[in-house]
Amino acid sequence: MADRITLQVARYRPEEESEATFQEYEVPYHKEWVVLDGLNYVKDRLDGTLSYRSSCRMGICGSCGMTVNGEPKLTCATFLADYAPGPVRVEPLRNFPVIRDLVVDIGDFMWKLVTVKPWIVRKEDKPLSAGEYLQTPQEMDEYQQYSMCINCMLCYAACPVYGLDPNFIGPAAIALAQRYNLDGRDEGARERLEVLSQHDGIWGCTFVGECTEVCPKDVDPAGAIQRYKLTAALESVKSILTPWGAR
Amino acid sequence: MAKRPIEPLLWLLFSAGGVLAALLIPSLLFLFGLAFPLGWFSPPSHEHLLALLRHPLTRVVLFLLCMLSLFHWAHRFRYTLYDGLQIKHMSDLINLLCYGGAIVGSVMAGYLLWQVP
Amino acid sequence: MSEGPVYTEYHPRWLRRRMSTYWWLERRAYRFFILRELSSIFVAWFVVYLLLLVRAVSQGDSGYQQFLGWSRSPIVLLLNVVSLLFVVFHAVTWFNLTPQAMVVRVRGRRVPGVLIAGSNYLAWALASALVAWLLLGG
Repeated sequence: MADRITLQVARYRPEEESEATFQEYEVPYHKEWVVLDGLNYVKDRLDGTLSYRSSCRMGICGSCGMTVNGEPKLTCATFLADYAPGPVRVEPLRNFPVIRDLVVDIGDFMWKLVTVKPWIVRKEDKPLSAGEYLQTPQEMDEYQQYSMCINCMLCYAACPVYGLDPNFIGPAAIALAQRYNLDGRDEGARERLEVLSQHDGIWGCTFVGECTEVCPKDVDPAGAIQRYKLTAALESVKSILTPWGAR
Repeated sequence: MAKRPIEPLLWLLFSAGGVLAALLIPSLLFLFGLAFPLGWFSPPSHEHLLALLRHPLTRVVLFLLCMLSLFHWAHRFRYTLYDGLQIKHMSDLINLLCYGGAIVGSVMAGYLLWQVP
Repeated sequence: MSEGPVYTEYHPRWLRRRMSTYWWLERRAYRFFILRELSSIFVAWFVVYLLLLVRAVSQGDSGYQQFLGWSRSPIVLLLNVVSLLFVVFHAVTWFNLTPQAMVVRVRGRRVPGVLIAGSNYLAWALASALVAWLLLGG
């Protein structure tokens, strides 16, 4: 078994060039190494100018999303062994503007996330003296899957609709809205409906399903979106048939 | 309320059309498109088919099948044009052709089914 | 979205990569997706074909026989073979995706996806049997 593997890493230095280029680095090959280990080796020993993001290196912070051999992946969870003998092509996450090398700007998502109010919305908060909100395991099961999102943005990189139209609100934002809509403690479904039912909201989604395929946490954003389409559509019908209903 | 309240309704029509098309079209197309022309089964006699078509239930079901399938096509094809050919800026023309086409087709379906002697 | 995404012209040196017009060829999943979407064209073709049949039947036995003759012509046959493949493709993908789009709970427990898809296939089989019985049983 070879003890070296080549990484073809995309470089983009805005102060020097206007296009991305590829640079090859040969890193040690260990069976248990992930792509992130390879990048860290490059930064530590071969080329300190390489820029990329990472943090927890264990698949929970969502920082290290990149495109590995054309697929959106968490580089801390992608083993070099799966690509042996290589080379392994590492590029920045698709569908986001590249700031430098492998670093992309995710400000668009951050802004969209706030618009779906990803927190418990209540008309009146229970006072502390009234104790905790009680929730059965079954009630938590309703939304738990969608709470697993780590905001890694792999779903946005895989979504062609987002790639074609950056106004599209995108899979993770809708899944996170659902996490709160389906939480029994929350009373904010109507407010979120206003945002999500706009044209750039859920209706742009054509159920390609790639977001679910690439999600490292099995959140199934595609399923969340389709479920929400039905909810929103029925709300729409209800409001047309009963315009006097409580708003 | 939503800025474009028509969108959820179009989606509902698309979904209903998708379900009906999936359930009914394969068998109908297999029989009338393959089996009867190729002689695998003998086609129904004219009187039998006419008797079937005359029945109000058949007319209603077939009308729904046609109308919803056309709206299913219209919605899906519209988004295919948006995303596949990236011509979203021509959305007014696309919407006119797709949904307009579906409306025209539905009217024709209604007319033809109504006119069955 | 009143303000739009946070792209601004204040970052002229961010590299923005455009999606190719042929993005749908680049990955197997996208190719599968676009084929699935194109199946709607053949659904629409069937509606046209059905209406032609209805009109032919309304015109009497000679009109009906003429239609049957026309349906035997090679071009129409080929078109219908391709259409049938796409329509079945539509049905299969639709039924397989239904469990992902619908969560059904019975007495508090989630119905497994296989059962939801299975009941769709059962409905398909029953509907097809009904169609066959109506058309062949005469």
